[in-house]
Amino acid sequence: MSVDTATVAKIAALARLKVSEAEIAAMVPELNGILAWVEQLGEVDCTGIEPMTAVIPNTLRLRDDVIDADPLTGGGKRDDVLANAPAAEHGFFGVPKVIE
Amino acid sequence: MTDVTELGVAAIREGVAKGEFSAVEVAEAFNANVAAAQQALNAFIVPTPEKAIEAAQAVDAARAAGKPLGKMAGVPIGMKDLFATRGIQTTAASHILEGFKPEYESTVSQKLWDAGAGMLGKLNLDQFAMGSSNETSYFGNVISPWRRNDGGNAALAPGGSSGGSSAAVAARLAPAATGTDTGGSIRQPAAFTGISGIKPTYGRCSRWGVVAFASSLDQAGPMARDVRDCAIMLEAMAGFDPKDSTSLDMPVPAWEAGLSGDLKGKKVGIPREYRLDGMDEEVAKSWDQGIAWLKDAGAEIVEISLPHTKYALPTYYIIAPAEASSNLARYDGVRYGLRDLPDGAGLQDMYAATRAAGFGPEVKRRILIGTYVLSAGFYDAYYTQAQKVRALISRDFKEAWAHCDVILAPTTPSASFALGEKSADPLEMYLNDVFSVPASLAGLPAMSVPAGLNSEGLPLGLQIIGKPFDEQGVLNAGLAIESRAGFTAKPEKWW
Repeated sequence: MSVDTATVAKIAALARLKVSEAEIAAMVPELNGILAWVEQLGEVDCTGIEPMTAVIPNTLRLRDDVIDADPLTGGGKRDDVLANAPAAEHGFFGVPKVIE
Repeated sequence: MTDVTELGVAAIREGVAKGEFSAVEVAEAFNANVAAAQQALNAFIVPTPEKAIEAAQAVDAARAAGKPLGKMAGVPIGMKDLFATRGIQTTAASHILEGFKPEYESTVSQKLWDAGAGMLGKLNLDQFAMGSSNETSYFGNVISPWRRNDGGNAALAPGGSSGGSSAAVAARLAPAATGTDTGGSIRQPAAFTGISGIKPTYGRCSRWGVVAFASSLDQAGPMARDVRDCAIMLEAMAGFDPKDSTSLDMPVPAWEAGLSGDLKGKKVGIPREYRLDGMDEEVAKSWDQGIAWLKDAGAEIVEISLPHTKYALPTYYIIAPAEASSNLARYDGVRYGLRDLPDGAGLQDMYAATRAAGFGPEVKRRILIGTYVLSAGFYDAYYTQAQKVRALISRDFKEAWAHCDVILAPTTPSASFALGEKSADPLEMYLNDVFSVPASLAGLPAMSVPAGLNSEGLPLGLQIIGKPFDEQGVLNAGLAIESRAGFTAKPEKWW
């Protein structure tokens, strides 16, 4: 499978990356080179093999259902959470107008 | 007085504990080396000399008061700028996080400070840890302290992505540094700069507060001058963390106390598939030398087969970008970091403009690849297939463990290369990780130790891969090589 300029433009839009036409033109052969190379995986017989999602067997834990059990990741951190926001206003994240 | 910057972790800790020198003296000496090399090597993004002094003063005070000292007491270290450090800029070497000062401390860095270590600064790296030569940082290339012996003075790659870490330790700017390894980012830079580095079993070190690249692969580990120093520092870094859902809930073994270079009764596997056609002759020779050293240490050498080795790199270059494209979705110009809001732009335009301005070319390339292989219609052909091949790669190792205790291989297919030599072709750069990626995909502990210099006067590393949770076996085989290699070479100071 190979990508053309329209496909790269579509992927870039999905990835929320603004790219110029010149950038797209440069990326098409690069991405095709990489995709052609990874396609060799298609020759591996994977009949009956389960896709691996966790490399070391581990069970996902649930934390205790207690408010603020870990004060580091518990609540009451509004100002810390907003401290690095480019446009925090009135205790909220500021964004451009979303609703017309 | 001894030049304390020539000392490693164990020697500094001992000297401080015995009162041969103070922790503050050590911190001052390394701070001076950091400042003197900053212009030439660019190993640090932000030096933090005051942090190093502050931690050292605490250690000296604790010693004066007769309080017990930690595992890393009095040892100043470099912190890869992928670990969140409270109040200190944390960027992952990206523009999008420039100016980001975390309100919290990563688990691993906190553990190191709790053990008595101090921070010399935040180390440069490949942007979001994506790269093998440290040429993708927004804050400029790191230059290796090593040079070829041809008198040409070409600027060489310190490896990547932990290139600031490797350069700093090799150039004596720090006795040790943290690294992170997703596909070889501790081992490859360690090999390129003649130092040691270990990536533990996936889950040993908490990922909490580490900027995420590929979550199923990312693992932190120490980079230092020798195996013992790695063991000491890994003990300080590892341990269960309820804040990381993939953290291993297991006690941390006493790796330092367990060190032994006697390999009697141990079997060392030599994977036939790692002997590539057209392999660099000097790399092949150093591998043979490594085999001879381990035999001399009492080990039995057995040939093994890891049949899916050739598929490891393409598998990695689907899985890692897929996870990265998902992880990096968080950089949106809303919550932290850069915001690019063109005039009259809406929310979606702001996302796209911010990300275009904030990510470098290699990061964009991987986000696009990842988005493509996860997109509707291609998911099964690429991503699911890669996950299945990953299962086969992991199974190869499981079957190998029936025949051997550890595996010996080269760390990299060549010694360090000149900056710019491979950066034009992304595929050629990716091939650098051919020997390190399989262990990452299988989540196994693996380390690189220096084996010697090639004919150009550049270091070559040997890699030891171990069973899950058997960091001890890896460290011990590393120690057996180290004591026989007698590697004392260091870069001649030109900076």
